[in-house]
Amino acid sequence: MVDVPYDAVTDVPPAEVAEVDLYHPRSWWTKYVFSQDAKVIAIQYSLTATAIGLVALVLSWLMRLQLGFPGTFSFIDASQYLQFITMHGMIMVIYLLTALFLGGFGNYLIPLMVGARDMVFPYVNMLSYWVYLLAVLVLASTFFVPGGPTGAGWTLYPPQAILSGTPGQDWGIILMLSSLILFIIGFTMGGLNYVVTVLQARTRGMTLMRLPLTVWGIFTATIMALLAFPALFVACVMMLFDRVLATSFFMPALVQMGEQMKYGGGSPLLFQHLFWFFGHPEVYIVALPAFGIVSDLISTHARKNIFGYRMMVWAIVAIGALSFIVWAHHMYVSGMHPQFGFFFATTTLIIAIPTAIKVYNWVLTLWRGDIHLTVPMLFALGFIITFVNGGLTGLFLGNVVVDVPLSDTMFVVAHFHMVMGVAPILVVLGAIYHWYPKLTGRMLDDVLGKFHFWVTFLGAYLIFFPMHYLGLLGFPRRYHDIGEAAFIPSSAHTLNAFITVVALIVGFAQMVFLFNLVWSLFKGKPSGGNPWRATTLEWQTPETPPGHGNWGKELPVVYRWAYDYSVPGAEQDFIPQNQPPARRAAQGALP
Amino acid sequence: MSAIILFMAVIAVIAGWWLSQQRLTAKPWLEEGSIGDYPGTGAMTMPAAKIGLGVFLAVAGSLFALFISAYSMRMGMVDWRAMPVPKLLWFNTGVLILSSVALQWALLAARRDDIDGVMVGLLGGGASALTFLAGQLLAWQQLSVAGYFVASNPANSFFYLLTAAHGLHLMGGLAALGRTTAKVWRGVAIAEARLSVELCAIYWHFLLLVWLIVLGVLTGWTDSFIDICRQLLN
Repeated sequence: MVDVPYDAVTDVPPAEVAEVDLYHPRSWWTKYVFSQDAKVIAIQYSLTATAIGLVALVLSWLMRLQLGFPGTFSFIDASQYLQFITMHGMIMVIYLLTALFLGGFGNYLIPLMVGARDMVFPYVNMLSYWVYLLAVLVLASTFFVPGGPTGAGWTLYPPQAILSGTPGQDWGIILMLSSLILFIIGFTMGGLNYVVTVLQARTRGMTLMRLPLTVWGIFTATIMALLAFPALFVACVMMLFDRVLATSFFMPALVQMGEQMKYGGGSPLLFQHLFWFFGHPEVYIVALPAFGIVSDLISTHARKNIFGYRMMVWAIVAIGALSFIVWAHHMYVSGMHPQFGFFFATTTLIIAIPTAIKVYNWVLTLWRGDIHLTVPMLFALGFIITFVNGGLTGLFLGNVVVDVPLSDTMFVVAHFHMVMGVAPILVVLGAIYHWYPKLTGRMLDDVLGKFHFWVTFLGAYLIFFPMHYLGLLGFPRRYHDIGEAAFIPSSAHTLNAFITVVALIVGFAQMVFLFNLVWSLFKGKPSGGNPWRATTLEWQTPETPPGHGNWGKELPVVYRWAYDYSVPGAEQDFIPQNQPPARRAAQGALP
Repeated sequence: MSAIILFMAVIAVIAGWWLSQQRLTAKPWLEEGSIGDYPGTGAMTMPAAKIGLGVFLAVAGSLFALFISAYSMRMGMVDWRAMPVPKLLWFNTGVLILSSVALQWALLAARRDDIDGVMVGLLGGGASALTFLAGQLLAWQQLSVAGYFVASNPANSFFYLLTAAHGLHLMGGLAALGRTTAKVWRGVAIAEARLSVELCAIYWHFLLLVWLIVLGVLTGWTDSFIDICRQLLN
């Protein structure tokens, strides 16, 4: 950095501010409800996602109660158990994680971090949220329709998803498919905004290689989502046709209750291909924003530049591209050709390379850093460990010969909960602790935060580590009540009861977190504009929380990358991205 | 899944080419200073709406590529009975080509500041697109009269599904076209309308291309091509 001759640096005037470009709300309604401001939309997305996520959390308690103490709770029967599983999975993966990372963090952080006033299509952005809300409401309505929500499992595999033996065959599945279609339409509207804003609305000096990794992660994940969600869209539309119009896209010839059904010739495998062509990129749609955010959290809280920034960017792009050619590793047990399995096992293992590069770089960023064990940092560290754990079991399941016996056991449940349940949620929580001061101007309570972290982190391990063992025993997933099976020792039942108790405790720790969110809003310590002394642009706004239009009269001009921490010879241990080079800083022109 | 893989490969090439222009090998930690010191890698200067349309076309393209992938997988099953293609589709195709030509005409007129030409082009394009949609509905009706219902064979199901998906996209385009026409009607400066006209024209050409591919798939022209792709992948 210091190698650049200061004399070569010329002053660049800030970008002209075009007032007309920005939409101004005129009433309370357009300011807080039908708002076109990305920051308000972000909060709307986050609150809606959290609300429906709490429903999914309660569903997981109910499932755990049944698994831990089978036969004790008469209000959970086999159908309901399947419905809980389905709704829990679908809500958590799509309506919570995807919506929160892209709709929530994407909306809030992209314009601020790239130095834009707002998203480029604010009206479409607003529509995106309302279509998302509609999708959530349609999904939630399935709890109240005759027959209840669908119990087809979150993968909605046909033919069982639309046959009468599966709960929610009447309305549940129809509304589920409709809700997904709505979600995808809504997401596409938002996604166009995130991508084009990064491409077109970056402020002066913000080259791609000066973007914080958070933006890189969200940007790449959005592009992947825009290309992958159509696969789910196609699958949903075709299944809706099968269910409503009795076509046979996916439905083979079937006999039900002794009667030949009107279906014939369809291919359930076709659905699996479409579903996983979306489903695997979905894993990285959730993971890449988490990768990006965690990079920024670690760098900021270890007061050290991110190690291997270029490699981090390349790894994000490589993971994004590779994730489109690994989908069939979810289908090893579908009877595929062994060579096909070999191909997909190979691509799956190749994707471990860029992922491992990222993990090494995070660890090397910490190496000899000035590590502050703040709550966001704790969550970031928790993420690294959890992601490595979940990733290692991914190596097991990526290999055909190991996957086949482990398929449909609790081992799989434990694996994907570690890697794309617990790990991204830890990042979400860390990110909320990190950016809450920017949203509200107040700090979240530290003691409650640490309590929340330790219970969540340790609890997650107590829940999911034993689950791997259960899976190795052959304990199947999706079973309402395993009963007395010869291959299941009685200790496994004790373990299940233990997991349930821990799950309840971890769940209640989240209530402490929600209390913290509300309490700190009013009573939290005032944070000032940049409590973490961070370099990225969102911390340099003239107001906190940032006002409408984000910046004052002039847009910020960017002079450096996002990771100038602990630069030798600098006055402070961080140099904001919009701070001009030293020649001017010496004259006192701080931002 | 050959169609979608092919489509993704094209997207990957475009993305790769674009990324190669972005100095991804720069060492940002050494590059302190204002942007003028380094080769241009600032934000795109194209209008946001145009980039947005480009991204949207990639999404819509992915959608149709997936439909066609599903089609090519499903047609390998034993119960597939190819469906006769109504003659009307040829007329409809002609009308859609006309529609695209009209919008191109409007775009050229907008570039030479000929407001009347723009209006003629927009109205002509809109009218022929509506004719196309009416023709598609008529084709549906002819087929169902002849006993080719949506659920009677997967070939029929796909015919209705693909034409419906294409028609819905065109209807969305018509909404945008209507707004553009209203804008020109109100008499805004032609410079302001130029971008809208251009976006409509691009979208129309895209939908024409999609329709030609869909038609090729439905009539079986592309069967041998699909076979080649399938063999390549297997």
